[in-house]
Amino acid sequence: MNLQWMTLIIACFSFGVATATEPDPTSAVDFQRQIQPILAEHCTNCHGADADARKGALRLDIESFAYSGGESGSPAITPGKPELSLVLKRITSNDPDELMPPPHANKPMDDAQIRLLKQWIEQGAKYESHWAFSVPIMRSLPIHGVHPIDSFVRSRLTQWGLNQSERAPNPTLARRIYLDTIGIPPSPAEVAEFERTPIEATLDRLLADDRYGEKWARHWLDVARYSDTNGYEKDLRRDQWAWRDWVIAAINRDLPYDQFIIEQLAGDLLPDSTQDQIVATGFLRNSMLNEEGAIVPEQFRMVEMFDRIDCIGKATLGLTVQCAQCHTHKFDPITHDEYFGMFAFLNNAYEAQSAVYSQEQLGSRRSIRDTIAGLESKIKEENPNWETELTTWGKSILDNQPLWTVVAFDDLNSVSGLNHPAPQPDGTILMTGHSSSDVYMIGSPDLEGVTGLRLEVLNHGDLPLRGPGRNAKGMWEIHTVDLFAQKPDGKDWEKLKLANVTADFSSKESKEGDGKKWTGPVSSLIDGKAETFWQADRGIGRRNQASVAVLGFEQPLAFPAGSRFKLVMHSGDNVGCCRVSLCKTPQPVAPACDHAAVLALSIPEAERNSEDRSVIFANWRKSKEGLKDLNSQIDAALDRLPQPLTTVLHLAERESKLARPTHLLDRGEWDRPKRVVTPCVPSALHAMAPSDEPPRLAFARWLVDRRSPLAARVAVNRVWQSIFGDGLVPTSEDFGTRTPKPEHAELLDYLSVQFMDNGWSQKNLIKSILLSQTYQQNSSNRPELMERDPKNQLLGRGPRFRVDAELIRDIALSTAGLLSQRMGGPSVIPPVPQNVLNYNYIVPTFWNPPTGPERYRRALYVFRKRSMPDPVMASLDSPNGDFACARRVRSNTPLAALTGLNETIFVEAAQAMALRVLREGGKEDNSRVNYAFQLCVARASKPTEQAAILSLLSEQRQRIADGWLNPREIATGDAAKLPALPEGTNPQDAAAWTLVCRVLLNLDETISKN
Amino acid sequence: MNDFLSQQIQLVRRRWFFRDCGVGLAGIAATSLLGRDSLLAASDNTLLSVKQPHFPAKAKRVIYMFQAGAPSHLELFDYKPELTKNDGKLPPKELLEGYRAAFIDPKSALLGPKFKFAKHGKCSMELSEVLPHIASISDEICLVKTMQTDAVNHAPAQIMMNTGSQQFGRPSFGAWTLYGLGSECEELPGFVVLTSAKGTSGGASNYGAGFLPTLFGGTPLRSGGDAVLYLSNPNGIDQAAQRSSLDTLHRLNELAMQEFSDPEITARIHSYEMAYRLQTSAPELMDLSKESASTLERYGIKDPKESSFARNCLLARRLAERGVRFVQLFHEAWDQHGGLTAGVKANAADTDRPSAALVQDLKERGLLEDTLVVWGGEFGRTPMVQGGNDGRDHHNRCFSMWFAGGGFKKGYVHGETDDFGFNVTKNLVHVHDLNATLLHQLGFDHTRLIHRFQGRDFRLTDVHGNVIREMLA
Repeated sequence: MNLQWMTLIIACFSFGVATATEPDPTSAVDFQRQIQPILAEHCTNCHGADADARKGALRLDIESFAYSGGESGSPAITPGKPELSLVLKRITSNDPDELMPPPHANKPMDDAQIRLLKQWIEQGAKYESHWAFSVPIMRSLPIHGVHPIDSFVRSRLTQWGLNQSERAPNPTLARRIYLDTIGIPPSPAEVAEFERTPIEATLDRLLADDRYGEKWARHWLDVARYSDTNGYEKDLRRDQWAWRDWVIAAINRDLPYDQFIIEQLAGDLLPDSTQDQIVATGFLRNSMLNEEGAIVPEQFRMVEMFDRIDCIGKATLGLTVQCAQCHTHKFDPITHDEYFGMFAFLNNAYEAQSAVYSQEQLGSRRSIRDTIAGLESKIKEENPNWETELTTWGKSILDNQPLWTVVAFDDLNSVSGLNHPAPQPDGTILMTGHSSSDVYMIGSPDLEGVTGLRLEVLNHGDLPLRGPGRNAKGMWEIHTVDLFAQKPDGKDWEKLKLANVTADFSSKESKEGDGKKWTGPVSSLIDGKAETFWQADRGIGRRNQASVAVLGFEQPLAFPAGSRFKLVMHSGDNVGCCRVSLCKTPQPVAPACDHAAVLALSIPEAERNSEDRSVIFANWRKSKEGLKDLNSQIDAALDRLPQPLTTVLHLAERESKLARPTHLLDRGEWDRPKRVVTPCVPSALHAMAPSDEPPRLAFARWLVDRRSPLAARVAVNRVWQSIFGDGLVPTSEDFGTRTPKPEHAELLDYLSVQFMDNGWSQKNLIKSILLSQTYQQNSSNRPELMERDPKNQLLGRGPRFRVDAELIRDIALSTAGLLSQRMGGPSVIPPVPQNVLNYNYIVPTFWNPPTGPERYRRALYVFRKRSMPDPVMASLDSPNGDFACARRVRSNTPLAALTGLNETIFVEAAQAMALRVLREGGKEDNSRVNYAFQLCVARASKPTEQAAILSLLSEQRQRIADGWLNPREIATGDAAKLPALPEGTNPQDAAAWTLVCRVLLNLDETISKN
Repeated sequence: MNDFLSQQIQLVRRRWFFRDCGVGLAGIAATSLLGRDSLLAASDNTLLSVKQPHFPAKAKRVIYMFQAGAPSHLELFDYKPELTKNDGKLPPKELLEGYRAAFIDPKSALLGPKFKFAKHGKCSMELSEVLPHIASISDEICLVKTMQTDAVNHAPAQIMMNTGSQQFGRPSFGAWTLYGLGSECEELPGFVVLTSAKGTSGGASNYGAGFLPTLFGGTPLRSGGDAVLYLSNPNGIDQAAQRSSLDTLHRLNELAMQEFSDPEITARIHSYEMAYRLQTSAPELMDLSKESASTLERYGIKDPKESSFARNCLLARRLAERGVRFVQLFHEAWDQHGGLTAGVKANAADTDRPSAALVQDLKERGLLEDTLVVWGGEFGRTPMVQGGNDGRDHHNRCFSMWFAGGGFKKGYVHGETDDFGFNVTKNLVHVHDLNATLLHQLGFDHTRLIHRFQGRDFRLTDVHGNVIREMLA
């Protein structure tokens, strides 16, 4: 193949050298690089794994089937004999009815592809399994005595008659390394230090710097689709930053990647799981959440589930798993059943939300719990008969319970249609969909002789902090409960008269809003007053528990069988889960202890868990005479429990009695369930080790099993992509059969094995890459590289590309000396023009950008609102978290240019940088220009650059002097405001330098990694 | 080398707006070996350059008046006297088999239309009394009464209409159009978005680029503040200072280009230059002071500085004149669960006159023929009442839209619905069919306008859609 021809191919196929499909008749055809992509593109859609879509009973994805042929009976492919291969006849046919692929498929093969297939058949039509589906192995290095990365890269370059570039100059390299480790450019002093220090020492220092976690967390947040809001129409705020902070911390402590994945999928199921491990499972909860009125919640829960599978596919497997949602995957070996098999591992989880405490708070919670345990032990010691007493007490509580019959409602809804009361298998009713306060339930219970009604408000794993309510604290308040009955032949609903109401607990009466709202006593339910609500808030550490109210009728009811019964409940903050029962016992009342204890006592003793035992004990001791002092000491200890820092959305496994079966969904439609599917993984990948662990945990371990062909490759490739701009596999989310074997497959495999051998350490991997000469090369283009490898796939020069959105903002703020070093915490509201805020369906009321140092936090902490992508981040291609993004595009638009020139934060950065240059850059303009360049691009300015800047300076100084420009306005944004001038400078200096710094912050070199 | 570089810079400078500013400019360097002529060819072959569709197009551009919130077809376009007769009665049982409304119990009473209808034009198109101006152009439009969609909640349904999928993350129709046809406008973005009333349920995803490169997404031209985000120079910086600053920036970037020979740098220079031009062209576009009083009157613009649907219609015409490929107006106002009579009346008052004026104005300027004008929302509304007696719920089984120009039939009504405007009885047009038809008018076989993403070929119509030829002239 001559050079010119080759260049043409490079020019035409953006893939570059490796995928050029033009056959060379003398060389062996490479199945994986040359044939498999053709089959996947043109054939296996109808002749592949998907039995439903298969035509002519022919499969071409598997050797034996291809050799034997389909329903025609003749071999589709006969090794060595193109003339006896039906495939070849059909792809070259002139008859449109015969031609393959059929013309209507719009997938014609070109001559080169046909020649390649023919040549491959001539050479024996040997199939090989897809490169990415066999376990990576470490091949011996082609060149010895150099860094393994350089060994592979140089060997390949040599084959192309090319060589590596020389090492980049120190300042360039220092800046490159700083950006790739901590995401912040080096100060001039740090550049000088870099030149004096061995690179390895610098790398060790930077990788141990907490800012490393901030830089690298962002890459995971992309693929994990992190956002601070729920998305869809309402797009309400969510608190999920605890999970984001977990990611930063995990990356900083170099949590092995396999653990990193396991904890995020199933940290809650690990033995003695910690708060951190539960927070980690927030990963899968980053899905969008539809809170629009009148949705069918199950529909959108399914959408969330699909999103989770999609995310896991892109993030860990590097497979387009979501393609198997509607049917068996067209190219990759994932059947429709296997899709739902993976789905089933995740389907049995609550959409939980829990409190998150700081480490300090966790400590004080532990010590309070210890105090209480001590006090309870004391009670036990002082009352050696406590167990007998407790049993007797428990029995008396249960014996005094009226006989309640749970009402099975058949017609439940809300007047507004927003709240969807959904009956659960255990007779409880879960409120789903958008909250609203107008729930009604209708059923046909036996009403004859009924004396009272019991309304239980109950915990549920889907509720905030397990409920029982739906407000941010998991609490609730009920305004009224109205009861009606309708005789079988009657038309009108008769309101049932209530005589009394009791509860196990009511809050102390309190008035809010100038006495317009009273909360507290349970009498509110039937007092007919518009301003009263029943509330049962037992205080911190005790409030998220069940409560009960018992309503007594004036007269036993007298309604014949077949009568209808209706309960209408009006609430303020909504009850999340409840249950309604009736009884015929005379004068029923609520129990004399917490209803939670009644529920726990109802469980057979052997089945009670520690929580049950604890609530029983607590209620017993409260009932017992003579313990007043110890009881109040315990209450006082509970009152000292800290308020949680925040909450997090996470996963929690449903109890086995509430286990949710997974159905295969026909065409992937949520409302078309078919057969039940049990958890399973794709059979084409490594097998799942037998395990006694909960299925979700076993699945998580399987994903990052050492035997996985994909886990390490996908992770390593994503790191490579972040450093070099493109992955060794350019489609970092898809390693499936349509992805040809990459140019540097051996290198990828080497690094993947090494990654696993090194305990899945990302820091080690990054360090290794950064120590290679391949990484340290000069990034300037050379004519021969420009000709032969314009996309730098052979790696004959160092990486050079515009950095990510977050880094551009961080660079500007850091260069200006404004960047805040504070880590973690709630996301920070950025300044956004009013006409952007106005585009929201619900204009956020919380949009108050801070003015102090908080304003200049790293971009990682900028608040992300899904339906209003941050204008700065969006114009620079940062994804907004609607779905998993494993690879960003880099665009280059006028909107991005305007952002860099004029956006508020960038302008403030230019103003601050000007003052910094005046303060620190010496007295002369020459030295200041030099210093400004050092701040922006880590090197001194060249004479030509000096000249250009000095010319702008003098020109604009003149215009300021001539009165064309108002210096204060330029330097501060406010014509009346004086900048904080360094000694010996004036507003004119500040203004002229603001103009200069604005230019320098927008330099291509400033916003690029060079 | 320097010659080569300066040539490149010249070339890139000559290129059109946004063009080539995108992903992977490496192509320029690669093609340089093919000779100078092919350099031009290469630049024409890049992201936003004008491209030929699959076959000759009837329409070159689109103006899409998206009526978000879902206008009631029963009060506007689809006259149902039977509904009046059955007002207050329950709908027939068989009608509700397997039906799911959004908010209401489907067993709610039927509600008669709130307005009178009359026949208009030579075509005798039956339209509501609240649409007198659209009635006056009835002989220009193609009314489709049998639209159908899959979603019944606003955000998914808006996304469905605009991207062909209820799932977020797909490219919008405008983005596909720009992807397929490129941009003809040198001074403005190729896909412009104008919003009135309030923000939409679907948010920015309604006009997003999805998985296509960012530059194919819609650029909102905003009212109140900068029309294009961050268009204004910072306080105190005048145009002369801006020009000098950019000249310095270009000079420095050209020096970097000499060092790195990275074509990205050339593209960067270009994007800043385009930004500078946009600083002039966008305010010029938004400035309606040179429009005559009669024009403003015709569109129903009371205050040319105030945001309104009427103002956006006039801006749409100005954008069309400047060669902008795709203009999408969003008017989020039509969600009349209650207050149906007053709500529809008010919305009609806001949209009827300007919509009709836009069509007429385009026609007079010779632009209508190759402009595809689309008017409609994300679904329809139930024949059953919601609340007391003045509201309707979401309804996805049939709703109405109208089209003008772009090779659509004129004075034509497509499809029939049942006596209650509940189901389609003849000639159903699914969203996918609509999008297939719209793409067809732009010159595309909708099954061939594809983009490979994550191993799959995506298209606007997913795996569905038929071109509805009966709607076409």
